[in-house]
Amino acid sequence: MAQAYTPGLTITKSIILRKDRILPLKGDVIVKIGDKVTADDNVAKTDLPGDVIPINIANKLGIPPTDVLSKMQKKEGEKIKKDEPLAMTTSMFGLFKSIVKSPITGKVENISSITGQVLLREPPVPINVKAFIDGVVSKVYENEGVQIENKSAYIQGIFGVGGEITGEIKVLVDGPDAELLPEQIDTSCKDKIIVGGSLIRLPAIKKAIQVNAKGIVVGGIDDQDLKDLLGFDIGVAITGHEEIGVTLVLTEGFGPIKMAAKTYEILKEFEGYKTSMHGKTQIRAGVMRPEIIIPIPFKEDELKAKEKQITGLKIGSVIRIIREPHFGEICTVTALPEELVVVESETKVRVLKAKMEDGVEVTVPRANVEAIED
Amino acid sequence: MAKDLRSILATDCGSTTTKAILIKKIKDEYRLIVRGEAPTTVEAPFDDVTKGVLNAVEEVEDLVHIRGEQERAIIKDETIEVPQDGEKGVDAYVSTSSAGGGLQMMVAGVVKSMTGESAERAALGAGAIVMDVLASNDKRLPHQRIERIRHLRPDMILLSGGIDGGTTKHVVELAEIIAAADPKPRLGSEYKLPVIYAGNKDARDAVRDTLGNKVDLIITDNIRPVLERENLGPARDKIHDLFMEHVMAQAPGYKKLMSWTRAETDSGNIEEVPIMPTPGAVGNIMQTIAKIENIEVVGVDIGGATTDVFSVFTEAQVFNRTVSANLGMSYSISNVLASTGIKNILRWVPFDIPESQLRNMIKNKMIRPTTIPFLAEELMLEQAIAKEALRLAFEQHKEFAVTLKGTQREREISEAFSQSTSGETIVNMMSLDILVGSGGVLSHAPRRNQSAMMLIDAFLPEGVTRLAVDSIFMMPQLGVLASISEKAATEVFEKDCLIHLGTCIAPKGKYKQGKIALHATIELPDGEVFEQNIPFGEIVKLKLGVGEEAKATLKPMSGCDLGLGKNAEIETTVTGGVVGLIIDTRGRETYFDEKLNKETMTAHIPQDNAMRVEALKKWMRALEVYPEEWLS
Repeated sequence: MAQAYTPGLTITKSIILRKDRILPLKGDVIVKIGDKVTADDNVAKTDLPGDVIPINIANKLGIPPTDVLSKMQKKEGEKIKKDEPLAMTTSMFGLFKSIVKSPITGKVENISSITGQVLLREPPVPINVKAFIDGVVSKVYENEGVQIENKSAYIQGIFGVGGEITGEIKVLVDGPDAELLPEQIDTSCKDKIIVGGSLIRLPAIKKAIQVNAKGIVVGGIDDQDLKDLLGFDIGVAITGHEEIGVTLVLTEGFGPIKMAAKTYEILKEFEGYKTSMHGKTQIRAGVMRPEIIIPIPFKEDELKAKEKQITGLKIGSVIRIIREPHFGEICTVTALPEELVVVESETKVRVLKAKMEDGVEVTVPRANVEAIED
Repeated sequence: MAKDLRSILATDCGSTTTKAILIKKIKDEYRLIVRGEAPTTVEAPFDDVTKGVLNAVEEVEDLVHIRGEQERAIIKDETIEVPQDGEKGVDAYVSTSSAGGGLQMMVAGVVKSMTGESAERAALGAGAIVMDVLASNDKRLPHQRIERIRHLRPDMILLSGGIDGGTTKHVVELAEIIAAADPKPRLGSEYKLPVIYAGNKDARDAVRDTLGNKVDLIITDNIRPVLERENLGPARDKIHDLFMEHVMAQAPGYKKLMSWTRAETDSGNIEEVPIMPTPGAVGNIMQTIAKIENIEVVGVDIGGATTDVFSVFTEAQVFNRTVSANLGMSYSISNVLASTGIKNILRWVPFDIPESQLRNMIKNKMIRPTTIPFLAEELMLEQAIAKEALRLAFEQHKEFAVTLKGTQREREISEAFSQSTSGETIVNMMSLDILVGSGGVLSHAPRRNQSAMMLIDAFLPEGVTRLAVDSIFMMPQLGVLASISEKAATEVFEKDCLIHLGTCIAPKGKYKQGKIALHATIELPDGEVFEQNIPFGEIVKLKLGVGEEAKATLKPMSGCDLGLGKNAEIETTVTGGVVGLIIDTRGRETYFDEKLNKETMTAHIPQDNAMRVEALKKWMRALEVYPEEWLS
C-alpha cells in the first residue's frame, strides 16, 4: 500500500531552525549574510503605499467632470500639503473664488475627467521586519527579506492567539497534568512566558494580563473561556492578530488535556532562557502552527541541517491520539494492520495499534493520530 | 475532442486530500475500476502538488493489483503515461483542483442587485469564492471600498456595470477605485493582478485608460448587455483561462501538473486538457444531469472548508451556484457553530450533552481537521452539525437564485395589485425532481440512511423528491471528464457514482398535532399494498429497492399540499433506492430563528428537551439511521 503522510508536531530539544522573514511588499534588506542578529533587530524595511482619499472635485465645485482638469491647482504626481488649494474656480472677473483645499499632506495620484474625481494618496507608511529569533543571517532574498538560522529547542503548538513576543520561560506548575491557577501568577511573572499544565481558565489568563506576563503556554483551554477572552467566537482558525495583552499557545487542544510530558520537560529544562513565541495559527492553505523557539548556543559549522526526511508511521513511532476516546494520550505504535476495520461509529477505516503510557494497547484510526516528531 | 478512450485517470486535488479514480471501458461501457487517495501536497515540506497526485495514483495502482486485475502501471518516470500502451498508461488524464484555497475573487457592478449580482453569478458559476461585491450603491464610501480591496487581496477582480449604451461614469468610478487600491495578488509578487472588464462596451476605452497600466486588464463581452438578459459565458470562460494562467500556475507544482493533464484525440494527437476549478466541474455534472433527464436538480457538495450548492430550475434550466465560504465540516466547522448557534445544533442531537463538551469537540475538530469520529456519539454530533451547515448554505442559495432583478415582467391583471416584483427565488422545493448530496460527511456516512436523513432535515424537500448521494465523492472528477467525454462521465455517474437513496414524500403544510397529514396507498412491486392514514409528526420507511417502482396514490389532508393544491390527491410512480421509500409528515412550518433574525423553514421539532429527544429517536428508528443500542 502507498504510505500516507501523517501530520505531526515537532517537539525537540535541539533543532537547526531556519526562519524566513519576508516583507509584505518589496523593499530593502538591511542586513547581510553572516550577520549575527537578535530577535529585536530590524532586518528589512519597506514603505506601504499610503491610504487613498478620493474627492469629487466636480461635485464640490459644481462643474462638469470634463472641466476638472483645467481647474486643478496641482497636477498628477505633484506633492500637496494639508489645506493647500487643490482646485479652484473663479467667477465675476475673479471676484468670487471657490476653492477646494487638500484634506491631507500627500500627493495627487489621479485626476479623472469622466467622473470628476481626484485621488490623493497619503505619505507611505514605513514597515520594519524584525529578526524575531536570535541567530545568523543565512540567506538574503533580494528586496524581499532574509532567512535566519539558529539552533533551538523547539515546540510546535496546536493552536494559539496573539502575535510575536520574546520573554523568559517561567514554569508555574508542578507537573504537566496540573491546572494553572490565578494564585500561582504574581508580579514576578512580568515580561515572562509562563507555563502551565493541563488547563488554564479565564480568571488565570486575566491575572496574567494584569501582571503583564508576555505569554502563556498550556495544554488546553475551555472554548467558552477563549470566547469570553476574545469577545467573539472563532469561526475559522486564522489567528495571530488578536490584541489581548498576552500571547497564548495551546500545546494539546480544547478542554483539560495533560500537556505531553516531553513538552513539559523541555520547558522545565530551559526555564529562564530567552524565548521567541507567537500564536499565529492558520489551518487552511499554508498551514501555520504557533511556535515556541528557545535559542541555544551553537557554532556556525553546526548550521548544516539535513533536509527533513518525511517518514510515515512505523512500529515504534511516538504518536499522540487526537480524538476521543483516549484524546491526548501519548502512545507508541505497535502494529499497522493493512485491512480496513469497522470502529464503534461503524466507520470503516485504516487503523493502527498503539501502547499507551500505562501499557494498555488500543486500536485507533490512523486519521486520529499525529506523530510527535523529534 | 477525445477519441474512443480505453482508460481514463481523473484526479481532484482538494484542500486536504487528492483523490484519483481509474475508469476503463469494459465491452461498450465505461465503469469505475478503483479509487485511491492521498494527502494534498501543496504545503511544506513537499511544496509540490504532483507528489500527492503520484501518491494517490500509486494507491490506484496498488488497488488494481489487489483486486486481482492485470497489473497496471500508470506512472512512468514520475509522470502519468498518456496514451495507453498495452496495459500501461491511460488514454486520458484529467484533473480538477481547489488546493491552495481555490479561486478567490471580488466582483464589482454599478447596481448591487443588478450588474453586481450578475457578476457574482458569473464568478460563482466559474468556480470562484466571491469575497465581496463592490457596487456604486453599496452604501460604502470610496475610501472604504479601496481599503476593502487592499485588505482582501483577491486572486482576480471581475468588473462589470452598465448595460451597453448605459452609464459610463459609474463604471469608470469603480475602475478608479480598483486603480487606487493598487491591489496585489495573494500568490506571487511578480505578476499583475488580473482584472476582467465585462461591462458597458462604451466604457472600454475609459476603463483601459484608468486600469491599463496598473493591472493585467482583460476585456470581454458585457455580462448584462441589456437588462432582460445575462450573458455570463464569455466572462466565465475568461475566469477559467486566467485561473489557469495566473492563479493556479502560482501554486507549487501546478505547472508540472498542467503539463500532465492530456488526452489522445481522434487524430491520434495528444492534446492538453485544462485543469478545472473543482466547483466548476461539479457544476458541469449537475447541469449535465438536468439536461439529459430534463429535470430540476439541487446538488450540494459539503467539504471541509466550504459548502457549494448547485441548482437547475425552471423550464429554461437556469443554473445557479453558491459557495458558502466558511461553512464546512473540518476547517470551517467552528464557523457553523458561530453562524447557527449551539441551540440549533443541539436540536438535532438525540441525547443530552453539556454545551461546553460540544464546544470543545467542535474546536478540536477545527484544529485537527482530518480526524474522523470513532465514537457513536461523535458521529451523531458531526451529523447534527452537518445538517446545520447544509441548511445555512441552502438558505444562502435560495436568496441568491432569483429571477433577474431590475426587469419588468408581464403580469396578469390579478397580480397587478399585489405588485410582486422580479427578484424572487426560483428555487421551488415542490417542483424539485432530485436532490443530490456529495462531500465527505454525506458520501462517507457509515449508513446511507444517515445521508438520507441529513438531506431531508437540512433541505426539507416538499412533495415527491428523489434523493441520491455521490457514492465515494467523485463528482468533481466526473465533471472535468464531461468536458472531454460526456459519454464516459455520464455512464460512470449513473452506474458507479450516483447512489439512489430512494424517494421522499413530504406533504407541505402546518403541523397539527393529532391530525392526519396524508392518506397513502402504495402498490409495492411484490404485490403488497400499503394503505394507511399517516398522522402529523411521523416518518415511515417502506422497502423499495434500487431500480424498483411503485404506484402511489397520495391524498394530502388537513390542508396539506403535494403539488396540486391543498388536499388535492396525486397519483404518481415512485422509485426506490438503497434506503427505500420515505414518507415524512413532520410538516414544513416556519419558526423564528433569532440568530438569523428571520423566519426559517423546519420540520416540527418539539421545544421541550425530553420530548425533542424522544421525537428524534422515533424518527431515527423509523428511518433506521442508527443502531437501536445507540438510541436506547
